[in-house]
Amino acid sequence: MSNAQVEIQLIASVTAAACALPGVFLVLRRMAMMSDAISHAILLGIVLAFFATHDLSSIFLVIAAVLTGLLTVALVEALNKTRLLREDASIGLVFPFLFSIGVILISRYAGGVHLDTDAVLLGELAFAPFNRLEILGNDIGPISLYVMLGALLLNIIYIALFYKELKISTFDTGLAASLGISPAIIHYSHMGLVSVTAVTAFDAVGSILVVALMIAPAATAYLLTDRLIVMIFLSAFIAIVSAIGGYWAAHFLDASIAGSMATMTGVSFLLAFFFAPNRGMVAIARRHHRQRFEFAGRMLTVHLLQHEGEPDESYESGIEHLQSGHFQWEPHFASGVVKFGQKHGWYNEDSGILKLTEKGKTLAGKAVTGE
Amino acid sequence: MDYLGIFSDYTLRTVALGAALLGLVSGALGTFAFLRRQSLIGDAMSHAALPGIALAFLITGSKATIVLLIGAAIAGWLGTWFIIKVVNLTRIKEDSALGLILSVFFGFGLVLLTFIQKMPQASQAGLDKFLFGQAATLLERDVVVMAALGVPVLILTILFWKELKLLSFDRDFGSHSGFPMHRLELLLTSLLVIAIVIGLQTVGVVLMSAMIVAPPAAARQWTDRMGVMVVLSSFFGAVSGVAGAVISSLSNNLPTGPTIVICMSGIVIFSILFAPNRGLLWAAVQKKRNNRKLQLQAVMEDLYFLSRQHKNPLYAHPVAVLRTMSAGHGGVDRSLEVLKSRGLAQSSDDDNWSLTETGIKEAGANVMKFKGQI
Amino acid sequence: MTENVIEVTDLTVAYRENPVLWDIDFTVPKGVLLAIVGPNGAGKTTLLKTILGLVKSAAGNVLIFGKPYSEVRRRVGYVPQRGSVDWDFPTTVLDVVMMGSYGKLGWVRRPGRKEKEQAINALGRVGMEKYSDRQINQLSGGQQQRVFLARALIQDAEIYFMDEPFQGVDATTERAIIKILKELRSEGKTVVVVHHDLQTVPEYFDWVTLLNVRRIASGPVEDVFTEENLRLAYGGKVAFLTQHSAGETGNGAEIETTDNTKSDIK
Repeated sequence: MSNAQVEIQLIASVTAAACALPGVFLVLRRMAMMSDAISHAILLGIVLAFFATHDLSSIFLVIAAVLTGLLTVALVEALNKTRLLREDASIGLVFPFLFSIGVILISRYAGGVHLDTDAVLLGELAFAPFNRLEILGNDIGPISLYVMLGALLLNIIYIALFYKELKISTFDTGLAASLGISPAIIHYSHMGLVSVTAVTAFDAVGSILVVALMIAPAATAYLLTDRLIVMIFLSAFIAIVSAIGGYWAAHFLDASIAGSMATMTGVSFLLAFFFAPNRGMVAIARRHHRQRFEFAGRMLTVHLLQHEGEPDESYESGIEHLQSGHFQWEPHFASGVVKFGQKHGWYNEDSGILKLTEKGKTLAGKAVTGE
Repeated sequence: MDYLGIFSDYTLRTVALGAALLGLVSGALGTFAFLRRQSLIGDAMSHAALPGIALAFLITGSKATIVLLIGAAIAGWLGTWFIIKVVNLTRIKEDSALGLILSVFFGFGLVLLTFIQKMPQASQAGLDKFLFGQAATLLERDVVVMAALGVPVLILTILFWKELKLLSFDRDFGSHSGFPMHRLELLLTSLLVIAIVIGLQTVGVVLMSAMIVAPPAAARQWTDRMGVMVVLSSFFGAVSGVAGAVISSLSNNLPTGPTIVICMSGIVIFSILFAPNRGLLWAAVQKKRNNRKLQLQAVMEDLYFLSRQHKNPLYAHPVAVLRTMSAGHGGVDRSLEVLKSRGLAQSSDDDNWSLTETGIKEAGANVMKFKGQI
Repeated sequence: MTENVIEVTDLTVAYRENPVLWDIDFTVPKGVLLAIVGPNGAGKTTLLKTILGLVKSAAGNVLIFGKPYSEVRRRVGYVPQRGSVDWDFPTTVLDVVMMGSYGKLGWVRRPGRKEKEQAINALGRVGMEKYSDRQINQLSGGQQQRVFLARALIQDAEIYFMDEPFQGVDATTERAIIKILKELRSEGKTVVVVHHDLQTVPEYFDWVTLLNVRRIASGPVEDVFTEENLRLAYGGKVAFLTQHSAGETGNGAEIETTDNTKSDIK
């Protein structure tokens, strides 16, 4: 591995982790599409700041981007407040508008200089190592690595400081408000952070793939755990693995690194979708199969309880009646269920009629009350 | 410059026709997405189409519009299907599923696109126009393909109008009426995918979603009838499509997609501000009018109250008294002038006020009416 | 013996693996006004939707006029919960009411003059004829409910299913609705209503099904609507303030719910 390769992978990993952290709260707060809106809209801020400073590495670019990000959030909310549009339409109107102005400004006035529309969409990670940070004449590495480390650090500090507040306001807005945690402050600070992260990651991965790095690792982690703290670490981990995997896939295909990283986050989601221990499709199918018997057996106990001591008991609880289509079960499955319950001691056969045991009665009772 | 002359230009005529067509179809289908609160599904569909375009080229080696659009439609459809599955089968909510699919599919599309660009023999030129759209590259045969896809979409929409309306308004009642809502939903999704695919070459995958969201959002402000809304939405879509495409074809360095979006956004902003009944300006005027009416009534009631208090009902009270009584709603002087001009109140030279005989009668009637309402 | 128009046997419904309805059995004779009553989460709406084939059952059987629902759909009318649709939808009162004719019209055919006349008649029946051209977002809650009722009326069905028609409506609407329900009954039609207000059950209905995940009791109001059954259904949260003419004679008891229960079964 060459030095540049190592550096690219480092930048990719740090970028991915920095994006994944605010992404966790985007997914949990159901605002994933706001990241799409913000990452597009900040282009306008970047372009305007670039025209003012003529410097692509100016800190004003970041400030302008954050302001445009917050403007986007505020505009969406203002549109919602008019009650003329629903939230989905408001988001879908605001960001294409701001983004279009940005793209037109670039094509008209900055074409081919430093910004171009391809870079906006794609980013170019492969060029990142060319811009070096030098201190006192010593080359200490690519600038973008330090920029991304800064963004990552900012995200870590923010989450560490406001962990409790974020957690409460994410899961119970009402409770948060009653504890004096302003939902607006949490909302706007979170969105500000999304904007900062998006603008710093912009160079490397472009506006659309930022969304993949923010949403996909968090969504994947959401399938794997129920604990917030675990979800945060897992998202960062998945993001880093996808970034490195994406780099090598791109290397062999000689294709876009950023696109390949996004694809890898998708692959990791797909893996979790099928194979997550509890929530994966395979696990669900297995559990479902096992529970079919259990559920059917419980249904049978409730049925027996319902007809216990009734005049129709000898018919309704007759083993033949139950096996031959009362529940519209396949005969094979029906006799399996009857046996399943007997094996568990839920009921016994008494001259062709199923009689509940005490255990079966308790079970049926619990099933009915939903315990 | 001969402005009408530009339409005799062959290229421009083709571009305008294509843009009108795509605006018409996306405006009509977007209405359904808007009313079902699924405006952002278009965003996911258009981004998800990108790998389909690239794969269609990789597999067939053809750059024929129809081939690429079929690839786009299949990928867009698959993306949507996956969103539905993720939402139905996991705990992940719709917003995350949308963001996930649109960005991952798009990322994969970029991988394929950059891969194609670096292939030695094949000239990739022509595929990246699908990112931001390039109206100027529209040829007559492209417009024919767009029409071949778009016209059936419009016909099916008209044919199943009643059923699609039922699906959008009251799904359960629709099932109860005997229509298979699930299949209708598939139909609507497919129509929407086609509507989006038609516009990709002109508007591009990045901004095509705006063509689904904006026209119905504008149209909704002008009408309370769904039929009118669809027609208006199509009209807005077509107008902004043509305007944007023509403007961008006439100047250098003006990408078509963003230009169309800006035209469209202008229509939306205008509609939100100025549409009668729903528009913000209208609402503000209405509110002010109401406010004034209430102020007027309040002052009239106060005067009536004062006249009942005094032995002489026509005894004039200083305006300061009325101001004190109206604390909180204001507008006393203006209301008094209005009452005077209607002959309901009178003032002395030193600005003391009372009701006239007719004023007392009318105020009394108002008070009774008010009591009757309680 | 009266003919049973609805027969539900061993109906079980589960969302994922959690049972919502367990082994429900009941029958409904022709021409009754039936209230389905039970606490929040008892599965009342689910029961209705399962009968109408909108929710899949895990086991059991529903027969209407002795046949599966899909075969007798046109003889059934349905009034969904008012809150289940978007009332800002761009459409008019008349248009919503005409949706009741879509099922009979079938695919592609549009409603014509005949359907329009039926719709206007139905609007007259619910006292809304003046509102036919109104945009639906300009209606009050009670008016919305009456529009939904009118839509079901033009289905000209033999059985009507209504989900919480009295939820959040004004007194005028409540009177108008109950008047129409009684008219329907006198025309020999059967009406099944998901209902949440225990107090009005004996006054409005003649048949009741008490539900709490499983069927507690079902039958004529005077037999079924007893303290014991209500306690079974509501888990002892029901307070009986007055009880006329003793439980044994079975003349409907007047019932008050405690505040706690009220919020619980809203």
